Amino acid sequence: MTKPAASAPSLSVAASLSKPQSATLEELEEEEQEDKFDINISITNPEKIGDGMNAYMAYKVSTQTTLPMFRSKAFTVRRRFSDFLGLYEKLSEKHGPNGYIVPPPPEKSILGMTKVKVGKEDPSSAEFVERRRAALERYLQRVVCHPSLLQDPDVREFLERDELPRAVNTQALSGAGFLKMINKATDAVSKMTIKMNESDVWFEEKLQEVESADQQFRKIHGLVDSLVGHRKELSLNTAGFAKSVAMLGSSEDNTALSRALSQLAEVEDKMEQLHQEQASNDSFCFAELLADYIRLLGAVRGSFDQRMKAWQRWQDAQSMLQKKRETEAKLLWANKPDKLQLAKDEITEWEAKVTQYERDFDRVSATVRKEVLRFEVLIYFFFKTLVAFTLLIKYWEAFLPEAKAIA
Amino acid sequence: YRNLTHWLKTRSVSVDLNNDASLLIDIPDALCERDKVKFTVHTKTTLSAFQKPEFSVPRQHEDFIWLHDTLVETEDYAGLIIPPAPPKPDFESPREKMHKLGEGEATMTKEEYNKMKQELEAEYLAVFKKTVQVHEIFLQRLSSHAILSKDRNFQIFLEYDQDLSVRRKNAKEMFGGFFKNMVKTADEVIISGIKEVDDFFEQEKTFLLDYYSKIKDSTAKAEKMTRSHKNVADDYIHISATLNTLSADDSTFYLRLYKVEGRVASDQELKLTELLRYYMRDIQAAKDLLYRRARALADYEHSNKALDKARLKSKDVPQAEEHQQQCLQKFDKLSESGKRELTSFKGRRVVAFRKNLIEMAELEIKHAKNNVTLLQGCIDLLKSN
Repeated sequence: MTKPAASAPSLSVAASLSKPQSATLEELEEEEQEDKFDINISITNPEKIGDGMNAYMAYKVSTQTTLPMFRSKAFTVRRRFSDFLGLYEKLSEKHGPNGYIVPPPPEKSILGMTKVKVGKEDPSSAEFVERRRAALERYLQRVVCHPSLLQDPDVREFLERDELPRAVNTQALSGAGFLKMINKATDAVSKMTIKMNESDVWFEEKLQEVESADQQFRKIHGLVDSLVGHRKELSLNTAGFAKSVAMLGSSEDNTALSRALSQLAEVEDKMEQLHQEQASNDSFCFAELLADYIRLLGAVRGSFDQRMKAWQRWQDAQSMLQKKRETEAKLLWANKPDKLQLAKDEITEWEAKVTQYERDFDRVSATVRKEVLRFEVLIYFFFKTLVAFTLLIKYWEAFLPEAKAIA
Repeated sequence: YRNLTHWLKTRSVSVDLNNDASLLIDIPDALCERDKVKFTVHTKTTLSAFQKPEFSVPRQHEDFIWLHDTLVETEDYAGLIIPPAPPKPDFESPREKMHKLGEGEATMTKEEYNKMKQELEAEYLAVFKKTVQVHEIFLQRLSSHAILSKDRNFQIFLEYDQDLSVRRKNAKEMFGGFFKNMVKTADEVIISGIKEVDDFFEQEKTFLLDYYSKIKDSTAKAEKMTRSHKNVADDYIHISATLNTLSADDSTFYLRLYKVEGRVASDQELKLTELLRYYMRDIQAAKDLLYRRARALADYEHSNKALDKARLKSKDVPQAEEHQQQCLQKFDKLSESGKRELTSFKGRRVVAFRKNLIEMAELEIKHAKNNVTLLQGCIDLLKSN
């Protein structure tokens, strides 16, 4: 059901592709066609387990799939938040260094969770749980959308296995901590001297786009927060207006006009509810989505860093090889045959390493390039806004005949 | 510095007033210089009272106020609902916003700044449109009134091709704004204190007092609502402009979404809030009529008491009798004319509400439909590729 459309992202991070090697792109597109798979994840039924500070939320994770590698076509397990973090940790350890963009999990939130634990049955904690549920769903959906990650047995285990061993060491993965980690790596990398060649230019440009997108996304996030606030205000004011018009309608002595004004009040009231829905939808979807993508961009930067690390390893191996050759030369000159053999062995060793690391670097580069191309942006909330406006039309059309009835 | 010719030519009259071909008035053009708005008042007439069949004069807001005040001060019109004076053109809001925008320019991208500027210019234009409309309606109310259209000062206003400000100053000295102040200080105690003899006026009084307070509240809440709507629209501009720096596709969607939402806000402003605001003022004018009649009734009652006193003392009886007769006549005249005016006012109000509410609803539907088309197109775009 879910097919990542690698060639159709609407943000410039992937849209403005420079094409230095068209052959590679063709290969990629071919691969895309082969990558048709069908798997759908839904996360439902958040349930509070336990009491007090040891309580946690358990979520139902349901998988529907036609892929043969799974034990059946539909199955369900219960997972808690730390399980998701544990999955991320495993995937990031295994695949990160290879240049894969491992989707980051939702952020930990001590405040949000504490409210839930303490048992505050207020709308804000319900909202928090819902936000988290939706975020976990989006996270898992992204993981299974990734053809390489899907093959990982840890993913299969996460989806299928009834009881998962408790994940430890998830403390390190708070949202802020994750980003700090990425930022440190990026800074370290930029301090390295980098030799520019053709393909490096592509990566350099992509990285710049990613960083600029990150900046803009954060700005938009702030603006959207402002939008949501104003929307809430609008809905309050619309409600106040609706009540006032209803009062006016009841004072009106012309019956038809009185009815029309009451209708107007009703419509304005419905519009207020709609605005409220739009406000909470904006908040649930767009702002959340933005936060998702800010984190995803962090992961993209992470994969660039991995490429740099691979490059650095290769460069270091080359310098080491150089050193060993110099040692050999010195030993030849000094005429120490026993040490010479050792030196020759070491040279062989390092030559192999250089070859290996060069291959690694090429492989990681290719993976990063593929990953960046695959990186896509889905925008959910437009669909919900569409629904909202469709409803809006219905309400106004209901109002119109009443207004015409005033003779 | 802004010429509205195109809009002025293509719009329709809000309330069907300009129907009588014997005297047609409109404001085809207006110019804004700093704070002052100059209206071009254009008249087409078949009446012999005027020197030419068609003519135009430049007028300022103060000239309209002068005209309104002289009408209010005219004793003969005490039994009429004088159309409410148009409010002063108020560019405070967009000007303040423009100032803030200038201050915040450094923090915005060029795109954002330009879009915000465009939006403010549109707001400015909306205020402009509103003020032209409201001044025009004032004149058209007068021209469509059987008695007021014949007023000499009204004719001077329309025809006199020199600057009116000299006449304005003289008028103020003559009347001294006495009657107007009287009406202003006359509070509801006068009306509600008087024992009403006529059922019609008793009902009208109750209705108008109640309705006035309700419509005042609705007007205030409508203004608050449209302000919120504007805030939301402004947020969209910022967001769309920022998205623009990322890519062409997304931003166009958001920008157009803003444009529709923004227009809904300014249309709502024009139609609903203006409707409520206008009738709030109109009802105040109707209330003023009730005040004047109540005062006439009070005068009549005083004259009755004075007559009784005179009869008791057998002193100045004929004068007292005459005074009492005059008061009664005045009261009867006001009652008769007042009844006519209030009845036609009721009908007029209902028609205007109907028209405005229909137009507003149709506009909302149009905009909401536009939004749907827009969003559907966007979805198709995202799904294609």
